[in-house]
Amino acid sequence: MSETLTAGGTRKLQIWRGDLTSGELVDYELETEPGMVVLDAVLEIQRSQAPDLAVRWNCKAAKCGSCSAEVNGRPRLMCKTRLDHLPADQPITVEPLRAFPLIRDLVTDVSWNYEVNKKIPPFTPREDLPEGDFLIDQADTDRMSEFRKCIECFMCQDVCHILRDHRLHDRYYGPRFMVRMASLDMHPLDGLDRIDQIADDGGIGLCNITKCCTEVCPEGIHITDNAIIPLKERVVDARYDPLLKILGRNRRRPGKKKPAV
Amino acid sequence: MRRDRWWVQPALIVAALTVFGIYSIVRAILSKYYAITAGGAHLQSPFFSPDLPGIFSFKTGLPWAFLVLWAPLGMRSTCYYYRKSYYRSFFLAPPSCAVAGAARRRYTGETKLPLVLNNLHRFFFYLAVLVVAFLWYDAIRGFFYHGSFGIGLGNAIMLINVLCLSAFTFGCNSWRHIIGGKLNCFSCSSAARTRHGLWQKFSILNGHHQFWAWISMFTVGLTDLYIWLASSGVFTDPHHVF
Ligand code: SF4
Ligand code: SF4
Ligand code: FES
Repeated sequence: MSETLTAGGTRKLQIWRGDLTSGELVDYELETEPGMVVLDAVLEIQRSQAPDLAVRWNCKAAKCGSCSAEVNGRPRLMCKTRLDHLPADQPITVEPLRAFPLIRDLVTDVSWNYEVNKKIPPFTPREDLPEGDFLIDQADTDRMSEFRKCIECFMCQDVCHILRDHRLHDRYYGPRFMVRMASLDMHPLDGLDRIDQIADDGGIGLCNITKCCTEVCPEGIHITDNAIIPLKERVVDARYDPLLKILGRNRRRPGKKKPAV
Repeated sequence: MRRDRWWVQPALIVAALTVFGIYSIVRAILSKYYAITAGGAHLQSPFFSPDLPGIFSFKTGLPWAFLVLWAPLGMRSTCYYYRKSYYRSFFLAPPSCAVAGAARRRYTGETKLPLVLNNLHRFFFYLAVLVVAFLWYDAIRGFFYHGSFGIGLGNAIMLINVLCLSAFTFGCNSWRHIIGGKLNCFSCSSAARTRHGLWQKFSILNGHHQFWAWISMFTVGLTDLYIWLASSGVFTDPHHVF
């Protein structure tokens, strides 16, 4: 079907309404216009039919990461999801993220993520750097700049089955923070050996590289291939590779020091 | 809740991996008809390489192929891509994104035996490189019929197969780490710069790792099937010796 045929017209939405104690999907119908995104539709319903509908949004340009929700059962930025890209013969479901406690309707409390973030020591320059010399080669920034694109929408955290289904929030930092860990551990000027935190408190061994985080990332970050798998390989170097152990090279990380606990 | 047909992909993967697994086991148990030797040819099936009975000159009716097959099968079953596919489709952990699947089972990821052993994937990579080296040897040797150069359909199949297997093997994530990914500074020495260049090249291959995993699984199975059929006399391998 071409886009012009499906754009606009009357569409049905089912929006999750409720709080931590109870809730349900509520049906709404609205007249849509060509090019509308899910957030437009939700805000129009809020304006004309349900003024008490709670929804969080900010930039409407897929850059602030506020409007994450589950559209037709998949984590998506509401502002980046066009109605005409969703099957026209079914109602569109809009639900809050599952991995975090609900506040109301489409709004969840994502503060757990900020607590995890506080546990990660920020960039700490190596001690062997000449005073004030912070030059980095383009080759090294290239690899890290991918990780810098993260907008903290937390959809990867939401879809990760370790957090979403198994609720192991106290044992795994989640893909978003593996991305942050990767950008720090791979930094040529960073002086902390972060492997123990990645493996122990961070819980990277729980990830079974099933790649749902990568599938939902709106910034197209190759979370699994470029952050998690490389970190897993670094953990293998340090802990599992018997050959490196025999050669005494498993803990050879020039310029990196274990953090003071 | 997802209402799309998310179960199609895991179902296809279960079917394909099961068929391939059963085929390999049947072939190994059979351990017969694994080389085309008519007319001075020597086209060795990839399931039976290195040719242990040939190298160590013994004859056996036992399924000796298991002695070589564990290496490539180990490579595939600890491969990061295959791990994704079997965790999803066989373990249902998760069967598809945002689908709960086996959520009620206690989950330990890759932290406990036996799955923690997947961390030794790089050793299977080392072995797989060895196997691929033998397959290149086989493919090149295949072009010589009683010492004279020749070309046949079997040669083409074996060459394509070893190319696909090489593309799969060197797209490995462990290899990508070893060749350069483990470095934190790509520019700090000339060795690091060389490794950075190689890391970039193998990263391209790694980006298509899933593709080559499937393609090479089919080529290796079909190459064996071809050699099985031709060596058991169902048809003869068309070739021309110069
Ligand atoms: S690949 Fe790992 S981190 Fe990403 S969603 Fe799957 S289990 Fe979670
Ligand atoms: S890594 Fe991607 S999905 Fe995860 S929080 Fe960042 S932008 Fe969102
Ligand atoms: S062979 Fe797939 S990751 Fe190594």
